[in-house]
Amino acid sequence: MLALIVLIFACSKADMNLPFSGFINPAHFPQPVYKFANNPVTKDGFELGRRLFYEPRLSRDNSISCGSCHIQSSAFTQHGHDVSHGIDDRLGRRNSPPIMNLAWMPNYMWDGGIFDLDLQPINPITAHEEMDESVANVISKLQDHPDYPALFKKAYGSETITTATFMKSLSQFMLMCISSNSKYDSVIQKLGNTQFTDEEAAGYKLVQQKCGSCHAEPLFTDNSFRNNGIGTGLNDDPGRYEATLNETDRYKFKVPSLRNLAYTAPYMHDGRYYRLDAVLAHYNSTVQHTPNLDPVLINGGIPMTAQEQQQILAFLNTLNDKNFISDKLLSEQ
Amino acid sequence: MKKTLIYLTLISSLIACKKEVETPDYNENELTAMTVEFDNIVGGQNLILNNSTYFNTAGESYKIDLLQYFVSNFKLGKADGTYFTVNQDSSYFLIKGSNRNTRFATIKVPEGDYTTLVFTLGIDSLRSAMDISKRTGVLDPSGGMDDGMYWGWNPGYIFLKMEGTSESAPLDPTGQRKFRYHIGGFGGYSAPTINNIKTLTIDLRNRGIAQVRKNRKANIHLFTDIDKVLSGKNTISIAANSSVMFSTFSTSIADNFMEMFTHDHTEN
Ligand code: HEC
Ligand code: HEC
Repeated sequence: MLALIVLIFACSKADMNLPFSGFINPAHFPQPVYKFANNPVTKDGFELGRRLFYEPRLSRDNSISCGSCHIQSSAFTQHGHDVSHGIDDRLGRRNSPPIMNLAWMPNYMWDGGIFDLDLQPINPITAHEEMDESVANVISKLQDHPDYPALFKKAYGSETITTATFMKSLSQFMLMCISSNSKYDSVIQKLGNTQFTDEEAAGYKLVQQKCGSCHAEPLFTDNSFRNNGIGTGLNDDPGRYEATLNETDRYKFKVPSLRNLAYTAPYMHDGRYYRLDAVLAHYNSTVQHTPNLDPVLINGGIPMTAQEQQQILAFLNTLNDKNFISDKLLSEQ
Repeated sequence: MKKTLIYLTLISSLIACKKEVETPDYNENELTAMTVEFDNIVGGQNLILNNSTYFNTAGESYKIDLLQYFVSNFKLGKADGTYFTVNQDSSYFLIKGSNRNTRFATIKVPEGDYTTLVFTLGIDSLRSAMDISKRTGVLDPSGGMDDGMYWGWNPGYIFLKMEGTSESAPLDPTGQRKFRYHIGGFGGYSAPTINNIKTLTIDLRNRGIAQVRKNRKANIHLFTDIDKVLSGKNTISIAANSSVMFSTFSTSIADNFMEMFTHDHTEN
């Protein structure tokens, strides 16, 4: 009896102190596109990145961190906000996307304007309606902090903080925000006896047929830019056009993943839909013919019966990854 | 990954390079420092920020408050057609109208007589797409390069930034008549887009070749005529286009960069 207790104790203790595994590519995922050779994920780099991600000193008045708009319990989105809500209560013009499976993304932001994750944080830090700071100033605040110089030394061998080590550390944290443990993932990988219910299985087929050309498995995005017919928003956001100045990109936005939708409402680039049944109703009956509407949707959107919509919703539920939103490794410590 | 081609420039610069005879690698220690001077003028006058009034060919008067531009990728050619390419990591300079000390680009080249100077106005596409650890000094995107010469939302450097006031500019909400030209665009990373990188080739033979020798410091003295930004082969009207940033129209301004630089003399 005593031995058993010791054993259990030992096990849970070991769990708490699992050696840091670094970046592991889930077996059913494709090869990542991020150039890990330039920034291998290490325990010290990751932990520093995690601290920086939750560090309000990254904003002008030390009030807002990356984690303020990318909240773990909402799968790293800003739940409840249609457009982002930043410093001095200024509103952004787009919905905060999840920090999720970024290693497989060739472009970041709704318009794909940013091509390198290591350059991404410059945007929120300097944006007037987000953190309104300068990167140089953040670095000097961190350099003067009692802890950071030593943490940078541990991770990168030098107490002198550079733009590169600062950015790469944030990348290390964000790259580890991997969601690959939903019910769907267990079924696909045949882990245990996990199986879809009949309704989920029917929904899975429908999603493959009707949504898969854009929301492709296993990441549920093909990372392309498309106009899904939601019509122009109040601010006439031109989407991908802003990054390429190509007329054929007007109103196209990055296809978002369908993972963790239960935690990430509202939906679309401007957060205009609050519920998933409203999103399905859109594809079913309100697709609008704005310039560059995706050819797949031109002939009457995606017709679905009420029963099919139920089945799709049931399947989408299997893409929610409780483990991801509660993983202590990714939380503020 | 395979899709991350750097369009246009990379291809064109590869083709361009092929034709030239490149000189072999040199030992850094055997190179000699020399300078290229970018002396900013506006039409026939000196550039004086916030003060002098200038006129463009559209007939508009204007004053300049801010002027900054990147020059990079220096190459020197000899009469025999060979070129020496300056070590790329030490070949980026930010010239600032507000700081006369920044007007010299100091480069290291082998001793010799040079008849041609080649450089880029802007930042080449390779560097624009390079790992962040290669973006140091004037290329550090942290904002250390004053008044931000970097766009965070669509990463890329601003090649030339010129701002000022003009009676012809429309009244803005703050009650000023400002013009703002932020010109960049390196051709795109994952999708082709505008390319405003300009390569300038300056023939030094008429105004004095550069005789680079140890213990002497050659200086190729160029004039940069800032008025040409507005008054080159394309006439830019401040009234019609008082604010130009990342847009298709910016290529009309960038085309004018080709006429900005003239060789005045060389001090050997
Ligand atoms: C004020 C809210 C806010 C703050 C603070 C904020 N973000 Fe964001 N983030 C957003 C919004 C909104 C977008 C989408 C913007 C767009 O597409 O134009 C976004 C997009 C991103 C993306 C792209 C994700 C994708 O799927 O393309 C990353 C990565 C990211 N943010 C990381 C960060 C980091 C790192 C920080 C801290 C340095 C940060 N964010 C701070 C609101 C915020
Ligand atoms: C033609 C490509 C295409 C097809 C087909 C498609 N979508 Fe989308 N989907 C998109 C794009 C693009 C967006 C983002 C649009 C925006 O924000 O402007 C999107 C957004 C969404 C969102 C919002 C996600 C978020 O995080 O904001 C959901 C949910 C969604 N789609 C579900 C579906 C479902 C379910 C189907 C099949 C019935 C489907 N989509 C079919 C392209 C497509």
